[in-house]
Amino acid sequence: MQTFDLAAEGLRALNATLHALKDKTNETVWEVVNPRGAHAIAAGVDAPVEITVRGSTGYYCAGMNKQATIRIRGSAGPGVAENMMSGTVIVDGDASQYAGATGRGGLLVIKGNASSRCGISMKGIDIVVHGNIGHMSAFMAQSGNLVVLGDAGDALGDSLYEARIFVRGRVKSLGADCIEKEVRPEHLALLADLLRRGEADGKARPEEFRRYGSARKLYNFSIDNAGAY
Amino acid sequence: MSDFPHTPPRFSWTFSPEVNAEIRRAAASGIYDIRGGGSKRRLPHFDDLLFLGASISRYPLEGYREKCATDVWLGTRFAKTPIHLDIPITIAGMSFGSLSGPAKEALGRGASAAGTSTTTGDGGMTEEERGHSKTLVYQYLPSRYGMNPDDLRRADAIEVVVGQGAKPGGGGMLLGQKISDRVAEMRNLPKGIDQRSACRHPDWTGPDDLEIKILELREITDWEKPIYVKIGGARPYYDTALAVKAGADVVVLDGMQGGTAATQDVFIEHVGMPTLACLPQAVKALQDLGMHRKVQLIISGGIRSGADVAKALALGADAVSIGTAALIALGDNDPALEEEYRKLGTTAGAYDDWHEGRDPAGITTQDPALYSRFDPVLGGRRLKNYLKVMTLEAQTIARACGKSHLHNLEPEDLCALTIEAAAMAGVPLAGTDWIPGRAGF
Repeated sequence: MQTFDLAAEGLRALNATLHALKDKTNETVWEVVNPRGAHAIAAGVDAPVEITVRGSTGYYCAGMNKQATIRIRGSAGPGVAENMMSGTVIVDGDASQYAGATGRGGLLVIKGNASSRCGISMKGIDIVVHGNIGHMSAFMAQSGNLVVLGDAGDALGDSLYEARIFVRGRVKSLGADCIEKEVRPEHLALLADLLRRGEADGKARPEEFRRYGSARKLYNFSIDNAGAY
Repeated sequence: MSDFPHTPPRFSWTFSPEVNAEIRRAAASGIYDIRGGGSKRRLPHFDDLLFLGASISRYPLEGYREKCATDVWLGTRFAKTPIHLDIPITIAGMSFGSLSGPAKEALGRGASAAGTSTTTGDGGMTEEERGHSKTLVYQYLPSRYGMNPDDLRRADAIEVVVGQGAKPGGGGMLLGQKISDRVAEMRNLPKGIDQRSACRHPDWTGPDDLEIKILELREITDWEKPIYVKIGGARPYYDTALAVKAGADVVVLDGMQGGTAATQDVFIEHVGMPTLACLPQAVKALQDLGMHRKVQLIISGGIRSGADVAKALALGADAVSIGTAALIALGDNDPALEEEYRKLGTTAGAYDDWHEGRDPAGITTQDPALYSRFDPVLGGRRLKNYLKVMTLEAQTIARACGKSHLHNLEPEDLCALTIEAAAMAGVPLAGTDWIPGRAGF
């Protein structure tokens, strides 16, 4: 395992080192110590490596990640795994606002709670939150799956497109054009897979979730819908 | 009937025929007017400024012999690989989606041949544009349509878009008519639905966050790419200062004459400030911070000629950007297509329903039957010619003012035709030494 002391060597050196890793590297396991809430830790990695950050991170940890598995042994600041393309990011603690924003692929797992705007504008990413999520989560979410074992805050899925939302607990309110939908067998299978991959299969069963999605009434502008905005 | 002369019919200035027509249109349709382009008002503009030219107190340069350089560096503050352009006229961000693929290709061809850059726009980077643009600026927008780290790394610069002049504070909407399979795939959305572009970024708010966002983008691209911040002309002094504070290499400032693919007419005409009013404020912010020329300033919104270029640079811009003018150079609103414009209920020169995707010139459309009419090679050649002419015009003026580089032009070379322009530009009213608002008068 390669150990990188962020406090001693600095952010630029860390990311330059990680960016230099290619598909065929033998340096496949890394740990970052002393993160001390720094921003943009392991942003832009594009290699099938495992990175463990031992502590809490600032903004945009694992931003635009491709291929890597990045585990944060602490809590994550705003925008963790924003615009992730592929790979896996696991936050052992809580995540601040915009977790997984605009993510296009891969899996983001938050073992604690996520703040507001979790999964905002998501475009294909899967997000599994073991705890609760804050208001305006999945705002304008386009595709992908957001699974919440706890409760959801106000205006869940506002102006939603084709993303799917599964919530086990209470939803404080739904946003514009977001409605509850039937849970069909294919959704149970999807949930079972996401719970397993999201390290939550011992915590919840697929049958406990409700599904939310777009009513698709705001897809094409109509003056008669102006009151919904 | 009396034999006295009648009072002739008199239209109201307040309730003009155009105003009344819009009231009737609104009453019939129940929806505001949406259109493309920028403000159509008569606004104070670069037309209201004149160059003084050389005289006894300063001498000119020989027009056909003495050198007048036109190159510009962009991104010298932090980027490892700043951009060097042959001319200070860049092509503004216009999306694939709002424009056809062949139109984007033509922009790349023309700009590259003239030694300048193009900019992607919302909707991601197309192969047509990357392949034909020697220098390509990749916009980082609130929607993040098509955003990915590979394209960030193959861009030559990154432009974080905060706002645009046609609609400062507004997002965008690409109507379903223009959402073809390809556009839909690039934006991760179903075909045929309206695609909203958010007005705020999803993962940062305010200048302190922006600073961290720029840090992330620099880290992802290993500090190689210049990072521009584009702002709409609303509070240019403070927005420029905050962009500098956040770490921008380049500030792009777009006045209200700057175009858009589609927005409410009321937004275009009633929000934002004229380009002429914005520019000196941004320059002052840079000067107050000691960053003028260190953080470069690109101004856009109604740039049409070499005279506009020269005036913008004289007021302190490092470069300009053109959008609407580039489309016209490609063939947009060409009178040769008048018959087809009339079928659309408009006339050449006034066509602005770009959002409907029925452009007979094949530029603002995703309809294969229409965009296949457009020849990207010819379009590119026309754009190159136009950029060359603008450059020659700007050089002509600069030499007449005795300048060996376009960047040597200065406010002292200018006077204003109107009090408004004098106040906005901070140059004297012609024939006087009066600058409204300056102390001592």
